[in-house]
Amino acid sequence: MKDILEKLEERRAGARIGGGEKRIAAQHARGKLTARERIELLLDKGSFEEFDMFVEHRCVDFGMEGTKFPGDGVVTGWGTINGRTVFVFAKDFTVFGGSLSETHAQKITKIQDMAVKMRAPIIGLFDAGGARIQEGVAALGGYGEVFKRNVIASGVIPQISVIMGPCAGGDVYSPAMTDFIFMVRDTSYMFVTGPDVVKTVTNETVTAEELGGAKVHTTKSSVADGAWDNDVEALLQVRRLMDFLPSNNTEGVPEWPTDDPADRVEMSLDTLVPDNPNKPYDMKELVLKVADEGDFFEIQEAYAKNIITGFIRLEGRTVGVVANQPMVLAGVLDADASRKAARFVRFCDAFEIPILTFVDVPGFLPGTAQEYGGLIKHGAKLLYAYSEATVPLVTVITRKAFGGAYDVMASKHVGGDVNYAWPTAQIAVMGAKGAVEIIFRQDIGDAEKIAARTKQYEDRFMSPFVAAERGYIDEVIMPHSTRRRVARAFAMLRTKKAERPWRKHDNIPL
Amino acid sequence: MFSKILIANRGEIACRIIKTARRMGIRTVAVFSEADRDALHVEMADEAVFVGPAPAAQSYLVIEKIIEACLQTGAEAVHPGYGFLSERAAFAEALAAAGIVFIGPNPKAIEAMGDKIESKKFANAAKVSTVPGFLGVIESPEQAVRIADEIGYPVMIKASAGGGGKGMRIAYSAAEVAEGFARARSEAASSFGDDRVFVEKFITDPRHIEIQVIGDKHGNVVYLGERECSIQRRNQKVIEEAPSPLLDEATRRKMGEQAVALAKAVNYDSAGTVEFVAGQDRSFYFLEMNTRLQVEHPVTEMITGIDLVEEMIRIAAGEKLRFTQDDIRLDGWAIESRIYAEDPTRGFLPSTGRLVTYRPPAEGEDDGARVRNDSGVVEGGEISIYYDPMIAKLITHAPTRAAAIEAQQRALDAFAIDGIRHNIPFLSALMAHPRWQEGRLSTGFIAEEFPDGFAMPKPEGEVAIRLAAVAAAVDHLLNERKRRISGQMRSARPVRFERERVVMLGREALEITVDDSDGHLALVFADGRRVSVESSWRPGQPVWQGRVDGKTIAVQVRPILNGVALAHAGTAAEARVYTRREAELAALMPEKVAADTSKQLLCPMPGLVKAIAVAEGQEVKAGETLAIVEAMKMENVLKAERDGMVSKIHAKEGDSLAVDAVILEFA
Repeated sequence: MKDILEKLEERRAGARIGGGEKRIAAQHARGKLTARERIELLLDKGSFEEFDMFVEHRCVDFGMEGTKFPGDGVVTGWGTINGRTVFVFAKDFTVFGGSLSETHAQKITKIQDMAVKMRAPIIGLFDAGGARIQEGVAALGGYGEVFKRNVIASGVIPQISVIMGPCAGGDVYSPAMTDFIFMVRDTSYMFVTGPDVVKTVTNETVTAEELGGAKVHTTKSSVADGAWDNDVEALLQVRRLMDFLPSNNTEGVPEWPTDDPADRVEMSLDTLVPDNPNKPYDMKELVLKVADEGDFFEIQEAYAKNIITGFIRLEGRTVGVVANQPMVLAGVLDADASRKAARFVRFCDAFEIPILTFVDVPGFLPGTAQEYGGLIKHGAKLLYAYSEATVPLVTVITRKAFGGAYDVMASKHVGGDVNYAWPTAQIAVMGAKGAVEIIFRQDIGDAEKIAARTKQYEDRFMSPFVAAERGYIDEVIMPHSTRRRVARAFAMLRTKKAERPWRKHDNIPL
Repeated sequence: MFSKILIANRGEIACRIIKTARRMGIRTVAVFSEADRDALHVEMADEAVFVGPAPAAQSYLVIEKIIEACLQTGAEAVHPGYGFLSERAAFAEALAAAGIVFIGPNPKAIEAMGDKIESKKFANAAKVSTVPGFLGVIESPEQAVRIADEIGYPVMIKASAGGGGKGMRIAYSAAEVAEGFARARSEAASSFGDDRVFVEKFITDPRHIEIQVIGDKHGNVVYLGERECSIQRRNQKVIEEAPSPLLDEATRRKMGEQAVALAKAVNYDSAGTVEFVAGQDRSFYFLEMNTRLQVEHPVTEMITGIDLVEEMIRIAAGEKLRFTQDDIRLDGWAIESRIYAEDPTRGFLPSTGRLVTYRPPAEGEDDGARVRNDSGVVEGGEISIYYDPMIAKLITHAPTRAAAIEAQQRALDAFAIDGIRHNIPFLSALMAHPRWQEGRLSTGFIAEEFPDGFAMPKPEGEVAIRLAAVAAAVDHLLNERKRRISGQMRSARPVRFERERVVMLGREALEITVDDSDGHLALVFADGRRVSVESSWRPGQPVWQGRVDGKTIAVQVRPILNGVALAHAGTAAEARVYTRREAELAALMPEKVAADTSKQLLCPMPGLVKAIAVAEGQEVKAGETLAIVEAMKMENVLKAERDGMVSKIHAKEGDSLAVDAVILEFA
């Protein structure tokens, strides 16, 4: 009996060593951790339960039958993050470069199926070379099975992808369909076709880092939602993110106790909006001062900085924040910002995370670049996302809310539940100068008259009161009381029920 | 007594005067410029009058506007504070002409003491010790040597028209005097077009010590002990204390009596300060008299228990001094730090902007000491370019100098400011400096001890242990909270955390074990040392206050990725608390080389160049404005991130730039 038990330990030890000491050392030398080390960091100590440790590939071509490693290049299983169940798979670069075989894919789909069944999040750690070429179509089939399950799980359980090494070809599409992609700076890259193919096809010379490094994907392509300096930093931050996210689409947001008083007054917010309407201010200060303990997990921090998205807590419960950033492009809505915010709003709505919107928007960005780039449809995405949302929506207008952008930014009309404005708010079709030059076109050239008209327009429309008179603003609030007012609004909205007519699914302008 | 006074000043001193006036039942009128509309002094005063644009020369310094404000509000008297109009005889005269009382000395005293030569003459006449020297014009090297021999070496040869160190020579012997005389004269001629030079005694390692005097309109003058202000940076006082660690009772009395004699000689009738330069041997020489309330007056107030502003007001109203010299007792030690909006790590460059966080330490009793914070700003206020960059004066008072220093250190550690750069780290490092603690001061202290500027030191020894304990305590608190997150797997008990941990202070690893088995948190270090920690700190608070190993401390804690940035006792470190396994794996992570220090200024957004503020070949300091780019009708000021030389400018005013377009390059 003892021999048999020992045999198991032996086989386990064989599996745990993956591609062997040498390859592990090579992985470390590249500044990367092994799949098992990563899982150790990601999960609570001792909580990992591994599945399919002894799975091996069945390929017999190209001499593959002679090279087999238990586990077949991916470590899968489940464990907990601060006691909450998550499913995990981690590509093992030390085994066949982490490449995907039929059996490798089966290990992943098993975990995907279980995660959906258990309504628990799934986290994938990527560090691999793509499909296992030797297997050919069997590997491609495996990819398809993974992709399909990504889509079935979408909107049911949070799916997180962390790119911690190469991720190319077929490997990129599974992360691309998950909710968030994070990358590790300098050691990870993502692209559909690599530099060699690029060189052959388009004659462009480009490095892997330039083509698909963390910087590219967090600032230019918006493929990735964030990046960190190394494996340890990244995995600990994913743990932090998971503390904000619900386990699934029905359970609601997680909650923990906080000593930060919900009625905390922040007098300094009374001077946040400068006297000069053309002077920017940092909207993040408002986000941080309203949030519990100033804790803010920002999503897509480096991309389309004219809008801020991320998670905070109010009274210990997660809230998604969308806020125009006057520091960048005056907080204007352009195609990039609209897409960024739209995706975030839809994530929150899918997972029952209430949304807090801070508005200071001068409108949509004019120009050929924007129009040719499809601003109409991209802007519509954000409008659509807010309009379809059924989660609690609380909106605070701090300064400008001009034109169509006013409607878009979670206005009362598209479904805002509680809409507040600061006394500094200006809710109007456009700024005074532009409006006067249209309404009083005949007076252009008469500086005195124009000045008088402008003053008249400013007095009437450059305030929250015209909107408040119509009930488009529920109340004008003091900036210093924003945290208390917003927290109370969300507390009241916890029982919100919003029904929509049955449909197969919607048709968002993609 | 007056029923209403106007304060012709702004900032902390206006607020401080308003406080005393209010306590005395006197109504107050503030004046404010365009930049100070939302300032604290405006809010604190009963009334406020607008006096013009932001530049002081067009507002706070315009005598007619101040008088107009008095007449408009019916203020009977004006307190000028310090700076601005406080030492302008013309202001005092103009007030008198308008029938308004000046809360300060009579104009003649201001005038007499305002003139360097005149004041020295008065001092000589009043038998005040002045720097030995020859004030007349010296004709020849021989005459210079003769004078130097009389004074005693070393001597200083100075240009009469001098300034900025030009035409100044120190000579330790007759030969050096002869040579120095010729050089100083030619330098003076070329620099100032005036070759007159004079000779006076040079005091080696001088200290700045000043006597507070107060006189009334009835001929009574009393001195209130001394203040030492030797810790200066480029003639700007940084730290002041009372009493001085240098003086003994006899010297104190001698200086005090001389100061009183001088004050009496000019019929001085308010609070004033007689400044002396002192040698390490307690020799002292008159420098000048300041005919106003000094910035550093609070240290005197703390050790005498006298409110100088109240006495000034009473004297101005004609009251007699309420105490005689015999009533004055110096009790304990007081230290004042001046908190400036300047970046000590970047050559003390001024910093302006919004005070995103401004949380001064609690005033009042603290562990046997008293804390006072004289400040004119509030959180959310703006530090503008128009006025003095002083944000606050932090004063601590305790029975002994050592205790006052410790209290000051703790108060600085508990002072949270964010949004602008400030000198608290530097002040905190000064408080921890052994030479300061020993009281071995001189006006050259900062130049000698920080010859290469200031860089925040890393914690070492006991301080490192303390910071590791605080980091571990913060981590423990957060972990205990994580254990209470909802939605955990159904099992017997919530998730548990490992007690064996590693505190990374920067790159230094300290192994600890967390022990809260008896309900009190303690951290056991690798050598077996047990450090207990108690605190009521809660996540989100910028200052951790509590007891570590029985010692009451304050530590700045700022959340960073997976850790906290700590600052305490003049040191700073980033701390991350790992499990043993996390630490092991973190050790495998390669150290990131500093981000590419690109030598270009890129346009951060598509926009229109409104101005290029520099020229090719120009040297710029970190923080200096390089260009202004307008985007979406907003002006964005682009500043230099570090010192350097502009080698090439690619954009010009009026250019429309795309994001990341190169505006200029550095050499």
